[in-house]
Amino acid sequence: MLESKGRPNRLGLWGWLGGGRWGLERYLYTLHRLTGLGLLAYFLLHIVVTSSRAISPERWKAAMDSVTGPLFTVGEFLVFVAFAFHAANGIRLVLVELGWAVGKPIEPVYPYRTSVNFQRPLAVGAMILAVIVMMLGGLDFFVLD
Amino acid sequence: MMRDAKLWTWHVAAGIVILVFLGLHMAIMHLDEILGIFNPAGGHPIDWENVVARGRTVFFPVTYILLLGAALFHGLYGLRNILLELNPPAWLKGAIGVVLLLVGLGLFALGAWAAVASHTLATSL
Amino acid sequence: MSDTMHEVTYRIRHFDPNRDAAPHWEEYRIPYAPGMTVLDGLWKVKELHAPGLAWRSSCRMGVCGSCGMLINGKPGLACNTQISELGTSLVAVAPLPNFEIVRDLVPDLRPMIEAHRVLMPYILRDDVEERENPTGEFWQSPEELEHYLQFSYCIKCGCCMAACPTYATDPSYSGPMPLGQAHRYNSDSRDGGFAARRELLFGEKGPWRCHFAGECSRVCPKGVDPAKAIQLMKRELVLSFLRLRRAKCPSGLAKKPEGIGRREGIPEAPAPTV
Repeated sequence: MLESKGRPNRLGLWGWLGGGRWGLERYLYTLHRLTGLGLLAYFLLHIVVTSSRAISPERWKAAMDSVTGPLFTVGEFLVFVAFAFHAANGIRLVLVELGWAVGKPIEPVYPYRTSVNFQRPLAVGAMILAVIVMMLGGLDFFVLD
Repeated sequence: MMRDAKLWTWHVAAGIVILVFLGLHMAIMHLDEILGIFNPAGGHPIDWENVVARGRTVFFPVTYILLLGAALFHGLYGLRNILLELNPPAWLKGAIGVVLLLVGLGLFALGAWAAVASHTLATSL
Repeated sequence: MSDTMHEVTYRIRHFDPNRDAAPHWEEYRIPYAPGMTVLDGLWKVKELHAPGLAWRSSCRMGVCGSCGMLINGKPGLACNTQISELGTSLVAVAPLPNFEIVRDLVPDLRPMIEAHRVLMPYILRDDVEERENPTGEFWQSPEELEHYLQFSYCIKCGCCMAACPTYATDPSYSGPMPLGQAHRYNSDSRDGGFAARRELLFGEKGPWRCHFAGECSRVCPKGVDPAKAIQLMKRELVLSFLRLRRAKCPSGLAKKPEGIGRREGIPEAPAPTV
């Protein structure tokens, strides 16, 4: 490791969250992490709670009754919203990170048009898809059900 | 030395599996009033009769275990990424890997048991 | 705005390791003239107010990559940032984050250079004799040149590293510049070093902690687009991991033009000294 007597100046967590001056993809990156953590927390509990279906109808019903009520409905809807975002943005990320949606190398002529600009329509499309799924979910959760 | 490339490739592959089967799961559970699929007994998708009807098939327990494995790997790898990017000391890096692996294996065992046992219970009813 | 502006305020983050316990901000007012860059302003501050102010700069034309700094919260080159384009008369200048501060606006770029060196950013070939004592030029078509030309404009200023969210917390991540440059050589048709670099890139030195926040490409003053290079590199590495990548042989020597002689009176080139 290199020796240095300099003063540390790493941005740390602010470097992850720092928005404001940054572009759309930075917010999508942050949201992808937050929704991922939320979905994982729900999923781990979900495995435990739904395992009761293997025991008996009574245990299943008791487990389901313990997670009903308006608070749980709203909570579940938030999970659905997180799923819709994470899934739609995930489709974009697979296409981008496997190099299919970043464009070919080009001659950099000012004003530069980068891979971030190239994939922007995909990012917007993914967000429109996410909002449509969220709205369908909202309709099912709060209007039709 | 291939570890990171291998884990990342599996992470993406698991994401695609999740997209298909969690998409189906969400459609069955939360778009039931709009789509109304795989709820043979009518009513709510989590009603016991519907749970039994799905549990009786081979498709649901098998894809459930597939989704379980893919989602646990995808989610826990994502969490590991976030934790390792926080630059913990070397001993903690190792410990994070071990703990997440044990949590993943434990929950996979529980979930897989539940899928098989509920299939057995549903077919016996 | 710039037509009517006569003065600008520079807010500069100072740090002298021999005197200061922590960095601190100082403000200076300097006269403004149209066409002034952030670097011109720094010289004015040094001339009028703070003779001890330290920064790194050289070419003042966006070529050397010395004057990367955090300008109004965004990494960029002081020499090719016009004060008028900032849209305010307050210019806040700090050293590039994610690097240790040597003094005032001087970042310690050595970790980046070291990460760059480790990934072998040079042509690797088996024919060492031809490489060391060349008898001709390696063939490359204009199309093959385009595969890497954009990435070869990198001036190693470190702006991308300062903008990268992963590098903000994780010093073991190679970062956008070294990874982009590894791809620049991987995608050069004259290079045969993919397998050697892959040994490193498959592991934690690789691109796997890039999640396409896109900041590196957004701030790159040369339009190099490191994010594009990194995603293209991921595809190559994943294909290689799945054994679906077609191995390429590095290009051979270009055919020498025939029937062309040296015109009379033109001296021979001197013997190589390196």
